[in-house]
Amino acid sequence: MKKRFLAAVLAGMMVLSMAACGSSSDETTAAAEDTTAAAEDTTAAADDTTAAEDTTAAAGDLSGTISMSGSTSMEEMVTALSEAFREANPDVQVNSEFVGSGAGIEAVTAGTVDIGNASRALTDEEKANGIVENIVAIDGIAVVVDPANEVADLTQDQLVQIYTGQVTNWSELGGSDTPIVVIGRESGSGTRSAFEELLAIEDQCAYSSELDSTGAVMARVAATPGAIGYVSLDVVDDSVKAVSLDGVEATEENIKAGTYILSRPFVMATKGEISEQSDLVQAWFAYIESDEGAAVIQEAGLILPD
Amino acid sequence: MKESSFSIIGSSKIKNTTEKAAKWIFLFCGFIAIAAVVVITAYMIIQGTPALGKVGILEVLFGTVWAPTSADPSFGILYIILTSIIGTTLAVLIGVPIGVLAAVFLAEVAPPRLAKIVRPAIELMAGIPSVIYGLVGLLILNPLMYKLEMYIFRGSTTHQWTGGANLLCAVLVLAVMILPTVINISESALRAVPRDYKMTSLALGATRIQTIFKVLLPSAKSGIITAIVLGVGRAIGEAMAISMVAGNSVNIPFPFNSVRFLTTAMVSEMSYSSGLHREVLFTIGLVLFVFIMIINLVLSRVMKKGAQNGDN
Repeated sequence: MKKRFLAAVLAGMMVLSMAACGSSSDETTAAAEDTTAAAEDTTAAADDTTAAEDTTAAAGDLSGTISMSGSTSMEEMVTALSEAFREANPDVQVNSEFVGSGAGIEAVTAGTVDIGNASRALTDEEKANGIVENIVAIDGIAVVVDPANEVADLTQDQLVQIYTGQVTNWSELGGSDTPIVVIGRESGSGTRSAFEELLAIEDQCAYSSELDSTGAVMARVAATPGAIGYVSLDVVDDSVKAVSLDGVEATEENIKAGTYILSRPFVMATKGEISEQSDLVQAWFAYIESDEGAAVIQEAGLILPD
Repeated sequence: MKESSFSIIGSSKIKNTTEKAAKWIFLFCGFIAIAAVVVITAYMIIQGTPALGKVGILEVLFGTVWAPTSADPSFGILYIILTSIIGTTLAVLIGVPIGVLAAVFLAEVAPPRLAKIVRPAIELMAGIPSVIYGLVGLLILNPLMYKLEMYIFRGSTTHQWTGGANLLCAVLVLAVMILPTVINISESALRAVPRDYKMTSLALGATRIQTIFKVLLPSAKSGIITAIVLGVGRAIGEAMAISMVAGNSVNIPFPFNSVRFLTTAMVSEMSYSSGLHREVLFTIGLVLFVFIMIINLVLSRVMKKGAQNGDN
């Protein structure tokens, strides 16, 4: 009896110590971006390793490294895409840096990375350098107010004035005499950086609430009289009212037509056409255009280009 | 069934093994607890200090501008630190008197039948998850606060409207959250006061209220201080509930401003942060860690003092 108990305790300890190892390698994963996920499977069980090999064989023996660099706003989408891509092709490494659109395009121009990520259209100068603009997704942002608000349309200037704190009451914008409660996202959020960039009001916003998720913004706007917030276009529902900007409604069609101001393309720029790239990079773009890739992009709250 | 084998002579070998094994198991368990503390401390210091060097310790601790993602980033967390200090202090100022008096009620005043209902209710309060406190604050307190805010600042053009998500709201939620801790510990402290003190005081002609405030509460002082310190610990470490009600913008901690606490500063920006920004978030964690260490040191000192008083 005693011995069995002892054995159980010892086994328990081993499990504990293994759990400790597991968590420490998790941290490495977080720090080193993805590299260890495959390795963890290998250590976890030999069965997994064989399974992984099988998939590799099926996926056509792709191996190597895709490097990309660029926009921080694209981080969520790029991370989701590379995870999904590496699930299909376990031997491929996707190294991505998020340093800003300009730096990304510079890097791809200099040839230090395969793909330069930019969350804006390329300039003529950049295109003249032989950089090709491959639009993989379109980011659209809706401006929402609480459902009781009478204001249905704002101009770009009015929106800027609201968010920089120059206008503090809806009566100044043709609404009822209600204070404006300015709601936004936390710094680091892609939606926030896109919103501020597109209106050219980086670091000038006077938020009364900085919430850390789209859902929280929706809930707060829906519940607070006089509130205004911004969210990804795809989550807008009946609990809030999306206002039109400069008379243009926030719809997918208007965004694709380019008339709605709060939208921007997500560009994965390559030096030369995609067909001139390595097999690996071509496979990457083929994956993005596949149904699975499209699902990942839509999952990230983005609009697919035509 | 095998008790006979545990006789002193017959089983000294088995007994020795058992004793040794038990000793090692105890040692191992103790070691895990200590290892956790050491690892966490080391990790916080390793992760939290580099940013202090890169940004400058004064700039982080005494800077007032928090703009981590701007082109020219600024990582001042003074307002965040002040918010945590002021928010916690106010919550304790509100929560402790209510809690201590509730404990007096339970220990001394309440008829036993009523105490039987109230006590489980308070214990239940301690078990409610903080997200529920946050939710209730969000749905009930925030709209009330917004009405109050509209009344106080009506006609103001300079006030930034928070829609009710402000420091005051967070303070009220925190004050309610520390109540169970304060009540439970104060009540046990009051019950631990020797019965003779009360009897003597009453026999000398003091009224019940005089006895409570002049005899019982002073005698239970160290226990009540422990309750306060634990309440402070709970309030300063709370993240979920106040992230829902405080608004989370970095502002001077005035009652009707939207504010960000040390805990919520980490929680809200950790997910998308990178590079120096993330390192500074760890520094905020280190600051919080140091605060909580100080509170614990105070607590252990108070408890030691209390033990000495008990001896005398």
